[in-house]
Amino acid sequence: MTAMIEVAGLSKRFGAIQAVDNISLAVEKGEVLGFLGPNGAGKSTTMKMIAGFLEPDAGRASVCGFDVATHPIEAKRRFGYMPEGAPSYNEMTPLGFLRFIAGVRGYSGQEADERIKTVSRSIQLESVMYQPIDTLSRGYKRRVGLAAALLHDPEVLILDEPTDGLDPNQKHEIRTLIQEMAPSKAIIISTHILEEVDAVCSRAVIIARGRIVADGTPAELEARSAMHNVVSVTANEETLAQILEPIAALNKIARVEIDGRRLLAIPADGADALDDVRVLVRQRGVSVSDIRLERGRLEDVFRTVTTARTGTGAGSAQ
Amino acid sequence: MSTALTLFRREFVSYFVTPVAYVFIVIFLALLGAMTFFLGGFFGRGQADLAPFFAFHAWLYLLLVPAVSMRLWSDERKTGTIELLLTLPVSPTQAVLAKFFAAWTFAAIALALTFPIWLSVNYLGNPDNGVIVAGYVGSLVMAGAFLAIGSCFSTVSKNQVIAFVLSVIVSLAFTVAGTPLVLEFVSGWAPRAMIDVVAGLSFIANFDAISKGVLDLVNLVYFLSVMALFLFLNVVFVNTLKAR
Repeated sequence: MTAMIEVAGLSKRFGAIQAVDNISLAVEKGEVLGFLGPNGAGKSTTMKMIAGFLEPDAGRASVCGFDVATHPIEAKRRFGYMPEGAPSYNEMTPLGFLRFIAGVRGYSGQEADERIKTVSRSIQLESVMYQPIDTLSRGYKRRVGLAAALLHDPEVLILDEPTDGLDPNQKHEIRTLIQEMAPSKAIIISTHILEEVDAVCSRAVIIARGRIVADGTPAELEARSAMHNVVSVTANEETLAQILEPIAALNKIARVEIDGRRLLAIPADGADALDDVRVLVRQRGVSVSDIRLERGRLEDVFRTVTTARTGTGAGSAQ
Repeated sequence: MSTALTLFRREFVSYFVTPVAYVFIVIFLALLGAMTFFLGGFFGRGQADLAPFFAFHAWLYLLLVPAVSMRLWSDERKTGTIELLLTLPVSPTQAVLAKFFAAWTFAAIALALTFPIWLSVNYLGNPDNGVIVAGYVGSLVMAGAFLAIGSCFSTVSKNQVIAFVLSVIVSLAFTVAGTPLVLEFVSGWAPRAMIDVVAGLSFIANFDAISKGVLDLVNLVYFLSVMALFLFLNVVFVNTLKAR
């Protein structure tokens, strides 16, 4: 089976800036791909090219097998796209706006009403359906944009920062909604909120300076963190001083750092040394308040890959 | 088909959601009335026709039509809705035509609301109503030509003022092309054939021919080709927005 979203060698240059540099991706049904990157990394530009709003300088994008450049209408029927900032016609009401979207998508009469009802219920827009969009709060405006993207229940969803500007409850609702839809669709969301990736994405792609610098499941990316599988022992300073050297002497441990009341045992080759440290602490008979294995934080990986690689990336691009 | 119709309807209704439509119609009718009666000497001429009424259409359109068309694309660019519009299953040609016809329908309504003057002239005398119908048809296609120019140049900028100014300038060139001022300037150096071409490009000359009752196909075709040309350019401009 071919991937629902296929992107091959996509590039785009704005003047002197190489916004997107040879990006290739494939997203299968059931996947939620989180597109991560610092501001200006090329996330939105890439999504605009997949959605057919921008023409790439090189490369191609296709949705459900339809090339966005050569079969734009067929491709556009099959995806729902929410542009950055969720633009909508401000003078309209959500109902009028969704009727417009329904009409453009070829629904009329009862079918259009049904779809509007379904989507406005699932996105909780019902209470504001008759208010002009420009009088709505940011959260509701965002939901109107989402409703427009979801109205035709597309096989592919491309959402540019779907939770930006929402409060924590609204964010949670949108994430739940995305998770519910995930099994039957291929979804790309862009975000710079890392917790979101953990919450909804089955796969994370980090881009910096227009290039993919990391691609994997959130767990795989966390494994690339310097903190991955670090055993942290929390205790008072005397105790830490007692166990510092024995822990450092363990086979699996490369080195040991003290961070206030925490001792961080960094393993050699990312090995899991939790049990070894536990046994050692028990043998010494010291009391510690906590021993745990750190998963590694996505944030660390994000910072490492986006800052380290940008230097070399800029060098080799010239 | 329903797609294009939906686009058209949204665009058309949007004129009436804001006060723009009402302000425009009131100003259009008031200015046209004032010009007909005071500048055109509607009563003083003692003739039962609408020549003094139609005489000012081109000049009024020159200023007012770009005000109707300036928001067509520049507003979409400014608010970002163009990204929404062009990622819906709609071709740029469909979008351009839907917007144009919505604006043209609106202009037609404004023009139709001048009907009291037609009634007046029929009440006062026995005008040649065939000539008047020709005048209205001519005015409508001329408005369409102005609108096509305006719609085309509203893609150029996110700023409506820039769109407006560019449209007025290009429209002005077409409006005055056949006036003595321009023709004298050109006739000093240009060959005879070119003078004819320049004169033939004039909105006023073509409209005059129609509104005198000579509903010549040539003049109609002229306005329709101006529309087609600028709408084609409009589609080209929308496409270049994607490649920018």
